[in-house]
Amino acid sequence: MTVKFLAARRRNPAVAIALLLLALVVVGGAYSLASNAQPAVAAMGSQTQVEEGKKLYLEGCSSCHGLNAQGTKYGPTLIGVGAASVHFQVGTGRMPLAAPGAQAVAKPPAYNEDEVAKMAAYVATLAPGPAIPSAEQVDYADADVAKGGVLFRINCAQCHQAAGQGGALTQGKYAPSLMNATPTEIYEAMLTGPQNMPVFSDETLPVEEKKAIIAYVNELQQAPSPGGLSLGRLGPVVEGLFLWTAVFAALIAAAVWIGIKAR
Amino acid sequence: MSTTSPLEKPAPVEKAGGAVATYLDQRLGSNKALGRNLGKVFPDHWSFMLGEIVLYSFIVILLTGVYLTLFFKPSMVEVVYDGSYVPLKGVMMSEAYASSLDISFDVRGGLLIRQMHHWAALIFVAAMVVHAFRVFFTGAYRKPRELNWILGVVLLTLALAAGFTGYSLPDDLLSGTGLQIIRGIIQAIPVVGTWLAFFIFGGEYPGTDIISRLYSAHILLVPGLILAIVTVHLMMVWVQKHTQYPGPGRTNTNVVGYPLMPVYMAKAGGFFFVVFGVIALISGLVTINPIWIFGPYTPDQVSAGTQPDWYIGWLDGALRLMPNWETVVAGYTISWNVLIPSVIIPGILFTLLALYPFIEAWVTGDKREHNLLERPRNAPVRTGIGVMAIVFYGILWIGGGNDIVAVAFDLSINSISWALRILLIVAPPIAFIITKRICLGLQRKDRDKLLHGYESGRVLRLPHGEFIEVHEPINVKEMAVITSKTDHAVLPAPQKTDTDGVRNPRYLVHSLRHRLSTFFYGDNVPKPSAAEIEHGQHHAAEQAAIEAPLHEYEDRDVIYNAHGGVLHHPGMPEINAEQIAEETRS
Ligand code: HEC
Ligand code: HEC
Ligand code: HEM
Repeated sequence: MTVKFLAARRRNPAVAIALLLLALVVVGGAYSLASNAQPAVAAMGSQTQVEEGKKLYLEGCSSCHGLNAQGTKYGPTLIGVGAASVHFQVGTGRMPLAAPGAQAVAKPPAYNEDEVAKMAAYVATLAPGPAIPSAEQVDYADADVAKGGVLFRINCAQCHQAAGQGGALTQGKYAPSLMNATPTEIYEAMLTGPQNMPVFSDETLPVEEKKAIIAYVNELQQAPSPGGLSLGRLGPVVEGLFLWTAVFAALIAAAVWIGIKAR
Repeated sequence: MSTTSPLEKPAPVEKAGGAVATYLDQRLGSNKALGRNLGKVFPDHWSFMLGEIVLYSFIVILLTGVYLTLFFKPSMVEVVYDGSYVPLKGVMMSEAYASSLDISFDVRGGLLIRQMHHWAALIFVAAMVVHAFRVFFTGAYRKPRELNWILGVVLLTLALAAGFTGYSLPDDLLSGTGLQIIRGIIQAIPVVGTWLAFFIFGGEYPGTDIISRLYSAHILLVPGLILAIVTVHLMMVWVQKHTQYPGPGRTNTNVVGYPLMPVYMAKAGGFFFVVFGVIALISGLVTINPIWIFGPYTPDQVSAGTQPDWYIGWLDGALRLMPNWETVVAGYTISWNVLIPSVIIPGILFTLLALYPFIEAWVTGDKREHNLLERPRNAPVRTGIGVMAIVFYGILWIGGGNDIVAVAFDLSINSISWALRILLIVAPPIAFIITKRICLGLQRKDRDKLLHGYESGRVLRLPHGEFIEVHEPINVKEMAVITSKTDHAVLPAPQKTDTDGVRNPRYLVHSLRHRLSTFFYGDNVPKPSAAEIEHGQHHAAEQAAIEAPLHEYEDRDVIYNAHGGVLHHPGMPEINAEQIAEETRS
């Protein structure tokens, strides 16, 4: 099983890393295994899983994506999008699409992890495509946060804003805030490039760099704000708004108070 | 100056302050000057504190700025960051950015001081704008204070320069992007643009000079000029005396208020600490400009949601809303899309702002001295123009944050831009018209108060069954405020030819002035004559007198409530009269 598991990770360059991974899987805490086991299993896809996945697909998705996932005028083909894309789209609640709009919005997922894994497994059988990242791939514990910061500002900040708070694109589209994105979602988003987001394949952005980016996004999510209230980290517009409301109210109130006191 | 002969008994021991005063007086003759000046009277109103907020936030800026200069390194030499902020450790950056990070994370109190400096700067400009609006809406800039207004506009421009140069110093991604936009604007100036940009930046962008150049402007040139001009500004307030709001006993030729010493000094001194305290509190609690999030500036990066501080925001908005027009003349591209919003429009607006007192004086033909402030309602066009400016500014500022608005309200940035373009043209005139109407309505209400007293809101049924609303005479203060209104005569329409049939050579100019002055003051509701006012107040007093004693009976069953007022029993007037007599006796 481990051999097959490793074989699927084509990008992992060296055997040394593979061995390291083995060691990691063995000694790595039960926590990381428990919380991330699902995608790893899903990537492999047993026969029953695929069949059940197909059933779920036909019920929930084929109206738009076609009976053979070949695509219809309501939705694109899913042939070759890979398990990662399905896992991302359904796992973040974007699919099934609720209503046509500028872009599919994230909402509470309609399927549980198990069902998502089954559908992903089914779509993965249609044609080769990016697999759901393994626990090891998204393990950013040893990644270089500072390097991740640089990569984030080069590759992501122009859409997602330097603090990862999201930003507007044209025609009502937007890059969402990354404050609630999980490491797996971040990885999958980079790998599959949902909608207006470009694809950052493992060739352009190697696994190590993806990990660094995940580590930096995690830093943005977790880090306390050393300067006090962060005002949503939305920059000078919100600072100005705060100034003209709260700060000015305080100053004018003080001025009025001092004006009255003398009477 | 006392002359004491050595033979006389030595003066009794004085308190420390007195001793100092005497010491100084014997050497400088200062008591007389101080006595004269410390006794100077200042009028009192909270809106006169706005100028003080400006002054005090400027002092905070100077104090905190000095602290920052001890640690900031205005250098664009690339270094590897090795401070205590882990997410940037090992990253290449300019020394300017690295030292700003050091101030934020490794200098004791550095972050607080940095935040105080920045919040104080935002407050400085904001307070200045509000102060300028106070001066504008009350007509304080009218003769003899036009020159001080111009100094004010110069100060405002300098404040923008101070703010922008400071914003650019840390060399983070946000400020670097801002600088790049400024460079683009400079380049868009026809003919000299490119040369000018190279000159200012010392070569290609970003180069290695700009931070140190901005630094000397930011800590020396601009604050020096501001300090000098503020001094002159305040001296002029001193010499010309402060204006005052109309009120009982206040005229165009006196000043009613408190002496500088001790009342005004105590208030001003106290207010300094309040402003200082508010700035310190905000800076301790609320982040401003978290440069460590933005990362170091490199020309190949840009963040979504890149915006300047609020006072530059309107220019950014203008730039964002401007349609993409360019023309090519003899092989050179003229970028109207940059030139119009960031050079031409601000240029026109600041010129109009500086010249406004003169424009208004020319239009209205008003060459009198004004030491009594005019109520905004009594100058509807001026007030309308002010509100129009606020709306115009507000729309441009929203335009500057169009991406934030788009995300916050889930709208398309394209439709926001189109809506704002249309609003920018339509909304200010609508705001003007509405404001003018409101002002005229308030004038009419004032006139009614003078003619009939004020509506007490109580309905009274008279013995013969008629319902009236009780009007009461207005009090002394209100009377003084309302009657302070000056009637502005509209400039007469010129004749094409004079009585001898000679053509009036300046006919066009005069008729333009006639029309403008009609526009300015023509709709004003005329103030009633003294006799009319007298009569109106007397009438109101009589009415009030009939009703006054009724409250005594409110819990008796002969008094009924009807139509929200008191209904009283037939035959009351006599009793009422008695009541009044009794009340005046006791
Ligand atoms: C109402 C129609 C509709 C339904 C139902 C629907 N989808 Fe989609 N789906 C779309 C559309 C439209 C897109 C393209 C979105 C875009 O690019 O803006 C899409 C895109 C996707 C993608 C991304 C394709 C890519 O190129 O990466 C995946 C994966 C996907 N859908 C999976 C599913 C799954 C799984 C289901 C069932 C649970 C489902 N969809 C249900 C309309 C639908
Ligand atoms: C061209 C703009 C663009 C760039 C560059 C970009 N993204 Fe995105 N990103 C988007 C858009 C648009 C979406 C929303 C897609 C959707 O709704 O399906 C998105 C979605 C995401 C999500 C999913 C968030 C959620 O709500 O679950 C993640 C995570 C993400 N991006 C990470 C990244 C990272 C990391 C990078 C840099 C390597 C990056 N993006 C670069 C535009 C961009
Ligand atoms: C550094 C900036 C400034 C400082 C420190 C400052 C300070 C002051 C102070 C303390 C006063 C007296 C109190 C008051 O009326 O509020 C004053 C009056 C005045 N200011 Fe300013 N001001 C500044 C900028 C401006 C600007 C931008 C304008 C207008 C464009 C302006 C126009 C005036 C005028 C006309 C007066 C006289 C007002 C009167 O007598 O009623 N000032 N200023």
